[in-house]
Amino acid sequence: MTSGKPAKVILAKLGLDGHDRGVKVIAKALEKAGMDVVYMGMRVTPEQVADRAQEEDADVIGISLLSGAHKPLMARLMQAVDEREMRGETLILLGGTVPDGDVPALNEMGVDGVFPVGSSLRDIQAFIASRLAGKEQDA
Amino acid sequence: MAAPLYDKDSTQQVQDAELAWEHGELRRAVERAPESRSRYVTVSGREIDRLYTPADANGADYIEDIGFPGAYPFTRGVYPTMYRGRQWTRRQIAGFGTAKSTNERYKYLLAHGQTGLSTDFDHPTLTGYDSTHSLSEGEVGRLGVAIDTARDMADLFDGIPIDKVSISLTINHPAIVLLSFLLAHAEDAGVPWESLRGTVQNDSLKEFHGQKTFALPPRGAYRMTMDVVEFCTRNVPNWNTISISGYHTREAGSTAGQEVGFTLAQGMAYVEGGLRRGMTPDAFGPRLSFFFGVHMDFFEEVAKLRAARRLWARIMRERYGATDPRAMLCRFHAQTLGSTLIREGALNNLIRGSSQALAAILGGTQSLHVSGYDEAHDIPSEDAMRMSLNTQRILGAETGVTNTIDPLGGSFFVERLTNDIEEEALAYIRTIEDMGGGEGLLDGMFAAIESGYIERQISEAAFDYQMRIEDGEYQVLGLNERDAEAPPPPALYEHDDAEETRQIERVEAVVRARDAARTEAALDALRRAAEGDANTMPLIIDAARADATEGEIMGALRDVFGDHHDPGVF
Repeated sequence: MTSGKPAKVILAKLGLDGHDRGVKVIAKALEKAGMDVVYMGMRVTPEQVADRAQEEDADVIGISLLSGAHKPLMARLMQAVDEREMRGETLILLGGTVPDGDVPALNEMGVDGVFPVGSSLRDIQAFIASRLAGKEQDA
Repeated sequence: MAAPLYDKDSTQQVQDAELAWEHGELRRAVERAPESRSRYVTVSGREIDRLYTPADANGADYIEDIGFPGAYPFTRGVYPTMYRGRQWTRRQIAGFGTAKSTNERYKYLLAHGQTGLSTDFDHPTLTGYDSTHSLSEGEVGRLGVAIDTARDMADLFDGIPIDKVSISLTINHPAIVLLSFLLAHAEDAGVPWESLRGTVQNDSLKEFHGQKTFALPPRGAYRMTMDVVEFCTRNVPNWNTISISGYHTREAGSTAGQEVGFTLAQGMAYVEGGLRRGMTPDAFGPRLSFFFGVHMDFFEEVAKLRAARRLWARIMRERYGATDPRAMLCRFHAQTLGSTLIREGALNNLIRGSSQALAAILGGTQSLHVSGYDEAHDIPSEDAMRMSLNTQRILGAETGVTNTIDPLGGSFFVERLTNDIEEEALAYIRTIEDMGGGEGLLDGMFAAIESGYIERQISEAAFDYQMRIEDGEYQVLGLNERDAEAPPPPALYEHDDAEETRQIERVEAVVRARDAARTEAALDALRRAAEGDANTMPLIIDAARADATEGEIMGALRDVFGDHHDPGVF
């Protein structure tokens, strides 16, 4: 993210999961917070998300999963991110029904932040802002 | 026959006395100690007054608006004796892994006080894909049971007397396929279709704004819903052909008023479809049932259920000309809302579930599912489901709330809320009808879905609700109120990843063993029928008998009706 330009956020739901209330609330909240939000909808593949993020030069990819399939699907997303050499460039976030026990494995995989159901919008926004600010300083 | 609740004179006297009270006792009290907030609102954001009195009856008539249980307009209940005759059905939904695993859970539930079965399908089954499809990866048997062929349906109900235990199949766009699998299994098991009792959700329209497990575009999906209604009205007479669902709309974040409005609008679209097929409302109306969610706002939920019951009866009799009282009944299943379950302090959800279940009972539900206390972590454990059943057993046996019918009827507050929610719901129905050119709800619903109107309305409400939590206006323990000592939930459900492989092997074995030519012929015949106007259900039953997979049958329908893509509205 360069100064003055709003952060670009790509949101999507992977697999067949239909629980889209949370991701839509987040889309609205991030948009109201001044970010440039693209919500790709449901039943998107990890590869489509990575392609879109690359095209749009996204700062953040946010995935919503309440299907329990977060481990295989996030692994596929991270592979797609790696193939496009975007690791470290794009912040990767996951929200939804994720058991606490799965979080270390997801972090290990390269997921930067996991926000289980019940997370506050303020926390998510603050996390994005601080990580993007950190990235800008590094650059 | 008029029976005004309160005559004009006494209402005037109450209003005069209330004014005096406001200027006297109330004012003095507020001067000493102000109220804790500037406004009080329900979970749906409805502003609530300090006090309700007979003046809030606003001309209501006891006989016309409230009446008697089992009599029009059914505000107080659908049956004359309600729970004194028979308690609600304790119906906990269950489904995970392969059919064999879910069959074991069913037997556990039946042994622990469950009185009806309900099947939760996994995402691939709900959306019409086989377990072997690439989109299904990681989701086979994960949030529900994986069913690919009629053989799996036989495994699911193995050793369970399907002519005695009522069964609910919670599936929508592929409802016609899963019900056909069940009918094929019933034939094999020697159970006549007439003796099957149960429900198929089959509410195709709500899939575009609630639940979102669509498999077909709106019009094709709607045609399948109506094929089920028509076929079952003739051939499976004790089967509830649609469970017109508000639960998912509410889960998507709607208000209570939207839940009633959109759900009844869906119901009206199905009724109009039945009329267009030449059926009378008395012929198919009695087998339409409903499904509502129950949120935390106790009185709003009770009033919502009462309002839905009265409004549906009025619509069926006054608008569609039903004459058989059974065709006017809004009989419903209720489920405590999964989205109200809080992750931190999972055991607190037992208290939430008890309160919500009590609201469902006082709202007059016909069957009930209490969501598991651990479901903000994963699908429920056996222990969570046992506690959900015990919640129902304790409320039913120990509290005395079932001794009299509609005990909250006549409450100034509850009657006023019932009236307000009915009015609000009716306003949504009128808006939707206008969107279709005012010719009826069928065109209106398609227009409302295709324009994204319903989805946007729900999203707005979901956002408002979240903001009230973020701002602390609505306090939730474990969310914006810390529960410092909260222990983690006891043992969670443990998913067995090998179930996916087992299911894939199972469907591959069935496909290898079948008469391929027979299956192919059945699918071709189905495609031809779907292109025309004939009822497709007999052909889908044939395909089920020929061991066609769900994905193949839905694929044939997609060939004809096309696919649907989520527009990503927010």
